[in-house]
Amino acid sequence: MNGLSIELPGMQLKNPIMPASGCFGFGREFSQLYDLNQLGAIMIKAVTTEPRFGNPTPRVAETDAGMLNAIGLQNPGLQKVMNEELPWLDQFDVPIIANVAGSMMEDYVNVAREVSTSPNVKALELNISCPNVKTGGIAFGTDPSIAKELTKKVKEVSSVPVYVKLSPNVANIVEMAKAVEDGGADGLTMINTLIGMRMDLKTAKPILANKTGGLSGPAIKPVAIRMIYEVSQHVNVPIIGMGGIQSAEDVIEFFYAGASAVAVGTANFVDPFACPGIIEELPGLLQDIGVDHISELTGRSWGKVDQKTYHRA
Amino acid sequence: MIRKEKMTVVSQKMIAENIYEMILHGELVSEMDNPGQFVHVKAEEGIDPLLRRPISISSIDKKNNAFTMIYRTEGKGTKRLAQKNEGDSVDVLGPLGNGFPILPHHKGKRALLVGGGIGVPPLYELSKRLVENKMEVVHVLGFQTESSSFYMEEFASLGHAYAATVDGSLGTKGFVTSIIDDMDGEFDVLYACGPIPMLRALEQRFSDIEAYLSLEQRMGCGIGACFACVCPVQGDESGTEYRKVCSDGPVFPVGEVVL
Ligand SMILES: Cc1cc2nc3c(=O)[nH]c(=O)nc-3n(C[C@H](O)[C@H](O)[C@H](O)COP(=O)(O)OP(=O)(O)OC[C@H]3O[C@@H](n4cnc5c(N)ncnc54)[C@H](O)[C@@H]3O)c2cc1C
Ligand SMILES: Cc1cc2nc3c(=O)[nH]c(=O)nc-3n(C[C@H](O)[C@H](O)[C@H](O)COP(=O)(O)O)c2cc1C
Ligand code: FES
Repeated sequence: MNGLSIELPGMQLKNPIMPASGCFGFGREFSQLYDLNQLGAIMIKAVTTEPRFGNPTPRVAETDAGMLNAIGLQNPGLQKVMNEELPWLDQFDVPIIANVAGSMMEDYVNVAREVSTSPNVKALELNISCPNVKTGGIAFGTDPSIAKELTKKVKEVSSVPVYVKLSPNVANIVEMAKAVEDGGADGLTMINTLIGMRMDLKTAKPILANKTGGLSGPAIKPVAIRMIYEVSQHVNVPIIGMGGIQSAEDVIEFFYAGASAVAVGTANFVDPFACPGIIEELPGLLQDIGVDHISELTGRSWGKVDQKTYHRA
Repeated sequence: MIRKEKMTVVSQKMIAENIYEMILHGELVSEMDNPGQFVHVKAEEGIDPLLRRPISISSIDKKNNAFTMIYRTEGKGTKRLAQKNEGDSVDVLGPLGNGFPILPHHKGKRALLVGGGIGVPPLYELSKRLVENKMEVVHVLGFQTESSSFYMEEFASLGHAYAATVDGSLGTKGFVTSIIDDMDGEFDVLYACGPIPMLRALEQRFSDIEAYLSLEQRMGCGIGACFACVCPVQGDESGTEYRKVCSDGPVFPVGEVVL
């Protein structure tokens, strides 16, 4: 038996490693580098009803142990994703998690209804936490009652399980998590980026054209781990953890904190082979720790007993 | 095909003020094809600095499996790179991007190559290949000042090479456009790489000839996946058309994208 295969609502995964939304496009570029069949799942770039150009450039800035981005949800729009990207991805035996975004509730509902009908989309990830769009995005992710209502509405129309992506830019992450669980979320993904800023020494102005951007990479790992640790003790749905994961060791830490699977974002830019590299290293690490199956590690830091069936394939 | 490889530093030397020439050896060179392509370099292992740095391929030596990059020390990444010594290894991802087209129908024709500052390096391999394509090449290269100029002799061995410096310490005082305005004769094709104001000036002046411009943009992935490096397409009314500098470019036919 493979000690990495897991089951999540809507999905059988070969392993718990997947690229995070926005850091992998629709997989085409990375498919030229390695066989995407190795991945546990793929979280595709945010999809909105209409095509979006996103924010002006520069859209990225480096920070110590991280980066800021203000892409602004650039994407080719629902129709193109349905007609071109998802059918292309169907050649791989990998479940797709579609990242759904919008400016108004109806946008989310429309995208969710349609994108969930694609045969290879096994789950939705509601992006209620993008810091880089003027309307929608952030409000949905910081007000518990709005987040709950949105989750409910999307659940009604979606034909696949719905995960909600939480923003770290809130005072009380547990409250947010419980609100969307109440709204019917089948799982949580966390965390999205932290709002940040950098100044250009020559011009004395923000480096990003959008002024602020989302901080990702190793710099945010401790924040992600803390939030997953807190939330996982208060909810009964699985958590896909993300935020600065670069190595198999990082993955273990996220599991200890309470994650049932993980996503790798910025590390794909640093090393495009980051995901397959981590997948290859994990079995040896599990052996060192002395467990047969990675799901035995979920919540180990706070003594969670592995009684939930969704962990094991 | 794009590869990632720990390449070995064959040589590293400072060739002008804050300008370094580094020769790297490795199998990845066999994939290098078009002049104007670039590599994405991890200046240091680990997370400091975290992201890769895009640097143009300046010269390709297939026989020895080596290529040259020329870079200016700007910030953390390029400064770290400058500390590498012969025998050290550098993590290189590449070759990336499309590069400058070399077209058979240009054989025997006249090309104008315009470079500004750190936009000069990719023109060197280009110039060599154009000369192989039996073309006449004329170079106009702009620098801040004489001490930051480089490769003038190398370019001069391939065709006329004119320099413009902001302070007039080498060649003509002013910008590359000051030289071009005074130049005689017609050109059949223009290739340029440099700062945006320079490219804009060239776009205005040479709207009637075939021209290719190489752009810079801040990058995340360097392979087309993150949408960090996009630029809008000229004349697109929908406002949603774009090109990615890293994978659709960095070279674009004049008029294709908004500068
Ligand atoms: C396609 C392409 C080809 C290039 N070719 C060369 C070359 O041959 N020689 C050379 O000296 N330089 C070249 N550059 C510019 C070079 O990438 C930057 O000077 C370098 O990344 C600066 O890194 P740093 O760590 O020294 O500076 P920092 O300012 O510390 O870098 C911080 C961040 O900003 C980014 N950044 C800073 N300046 C630029 C820039 N001008 N373009 C893109 N990103 C930038 C860095 O990549 C990094 O992510 C090229 C850029 C591009 C896009
Ligand atoms: C360039 C970039 C684009 C992103 N785009 C999206 C997106 O479209 N939708 C989304 O939910 N998250 C997006 N994210 C957030 C990531 O999915 C992830 O939550 C975050 O980067 C933290 O993980 P990391 O530190 O491993 O990158 C993006 C992140 C980056 C760096
Ligand atoms: S740098 Fe990622 S798309 Fe160009």
